[in-house]
Amino acid sequence: MQLPKALRNTSLVLGLFITLAIIFCAVFAPYVATHGVEQMDMRNRFEGPTFEHIIGTDNFGRDLWSRLVFGARISLTIAVISVVCSALIGTVVGLAAGYFGGWVDQLLMRITDVFLGFPAIVLALAIVAVLGPGVLNVSFAIIVVAWTEYARVVRSTTLVLREQNYVQAARALGASPVRILFREILPNALGPIIVLASLGLGTAIISESALSFLGFGLPPPTPTWGWTLAYGTKFMRDAPWLSIISGATIMITVLGFNLLGDGLRDVLDPRQLSRGGAKASKAK
Amino acid sequence: MLAYVVRRLLLLIPMAIGMVVVTFGLLLLIPGDPAAVLLGQDATPEAITNLRNTLGLNDPWFIRLWDYFAALLQGDMGRSIFQNQPVATIIAGRLGATIELAVVALILATLIGLTLGVLAAIRQGSWIDTVTMLFAQIGVSMPVYWLGLLLMLLFAVQLGWLPAIGRGVPLHEALFAAVTGRPQVLWDSLTHMALPALALAANSAAIISRLVRASMLEVLREDFVRTAYAKGLRKGRVVVRHALRNALLPVLSVIGLRFGALLGGAVITESIFAWPGLGQLTIAAISQRDLPLIQGIVLTFAIVYALVNLVVDLLYAAVDPRIRLG
Repeated sequence: MQLPKALRNTSLVLGLFITLAIIFCAVFAPYVATHGVEQMDMRNRFEGPTFEHIIGTDNFGRDLWSRLVFGARISLTIAVISVVCSALIGTVVGLAAGYFGGWVDQLLMRITDVFLGFPAIVLALAIVAVLGPGVLNVSFAIIVVAWTEYARVVRSTTLVLREQNYVQAARALGASPVRILFREILPNALGPIIVLASLGLGTAIISESALSFLGFGLPPPTPTWGWTLAYGTKFMRDAPWLSIISGATIMITVLGFNLLGDGLRDVLDPRQLSRGGAKASKAK
Repeated sequence: MLAYVVRRLLLLIPMAIGMVVVTFGLLLLIPGDPAAVLLGQDATPEAITNLRNTLGLNDPWFIRLWDYFAALLQGDMGRSIFQNQPVATIIAGRLGATIELAVVALILATLIGLTLGVLAAIRQGSWIDTVTMLFAQIGVSMPVYWLGLLLMLLFAVQLGWLPAIGRGVPLHEALFAAVTGRPQVLWDSLTHMALPALALAANSAAIISRLVRASMLEVLREDFVRTAYAKGLRKGRVVVRHALRNALLPVLSVIGLRFGALLGGAVITESIFAWPGLGQLTIAAISQRDLPLIQGIVLTFAIVYALVNLVVDLLYAAVDPRIRLG
């Protein structure tokens, strides 16, 4: 993976640009926001874009831009927590299932199938209903289904890798299974995990904002994107931009992570590239 | 084929047991006394004791799990805490509407996805390809509730072409009405269906179109396609009869998997468009923390999804002669 080639991948560059911009806003939220999250401006309620409020205000005259900037912190925090945990759990399960095979594989994969068999949002809703809202509870609700994808992908990669000569050599040298799994196999299985994690961040953001949209995410006054969108629907006639812009924010963020994931896949997996990706990108 | 069907059905059993255990486990997740938590702060001690008895909370968990299984085998999902009705009855009254919505969305998604994917593949590298894949990328990233709102705002509020919320007569009844000379009933059902189905379908249509494109590109490079052209067949015939048929196989399995996403998406879509299905019921049950009802709904969703995947797997085996059964 040389740098120049990676930089010629439009998806990757565009995705990186969008995600870095959002991460920048989240990290430096107090500096990027022009107003306080709860700062009301009753003289300027339901205002369209102006010089002072660049994308308008809500029914309390709160600045939409500032609320979305602080909302990015929540969305990204939950997304990162849930993706890191899902990837860890899924990777360990996938490595074990793929390497040991036999009944270990059977058992782990049947468990994976069970969790994969629930529509993600339904199980997530039920879990939040039971546990109550909170950053960790919402993350947990997302993790419960999200880890399965890593387990399946890592398992199939491990199945291929464990037959490689260097793994056989390590085994012949007397390396322990743990050492083989984490020193020989895992480093070579990282590509797909990174791709999945990038796409997973997008999915996690959609799930989190869906929970908030339905009213089961972090409670107000936390300015989650989903809740800002749902709240805005009450004022669809007076201030349609509240919902439209918060939805667009979610979409652009998810788009960024998806483009990044697609780009990484092209760059990290040369096989994929030769199967249509290469010609397509040349033709463009 | 029969052996395969039986084996595939038998595999459902451990899966279903696992799903029941997970659903049952929801109750164990509740911190503190579930009865007190579920009833809220204003509950009287008697009510809490009563609920403890109904939920069987005084027994150890493995006895409760056993009872839960035993009841489920008789079709008993327990009683709703807040609506004085069996959970199974409440769910049965709602399931049809959700399945109708999800099936129509699946058909829409498949039609749109196939058309766009094939167009993009046969015009690879052209502006059609670029625009289609741009739309697909946006479609994949678009939250269903946002698209639903935008559609509602445009077609129902601004243009007034379609009703914003609610459901007409169930489709199968509407079809019957149309056949017996009342086409306006069917029209009414279809107009109510249009926006929620489209909102729900968009995401899957985008995913399917990307997959169809990739799959078609691969097949179009195969020798038998070149042979077909060499025989002098017209392009349309080669694309549809030779390439598409082979490209469809990997797509079919994904279409089945999408159904799970559509069921999940239906929860959100229904709450936006006030579609009286299982999704709306889910939201109501969760707001009230009606646990037996929540468990019943979660289990129903999982089982419907598992059955759909079973059907898709069987179809797959029936369509692809290369798959060895048994």
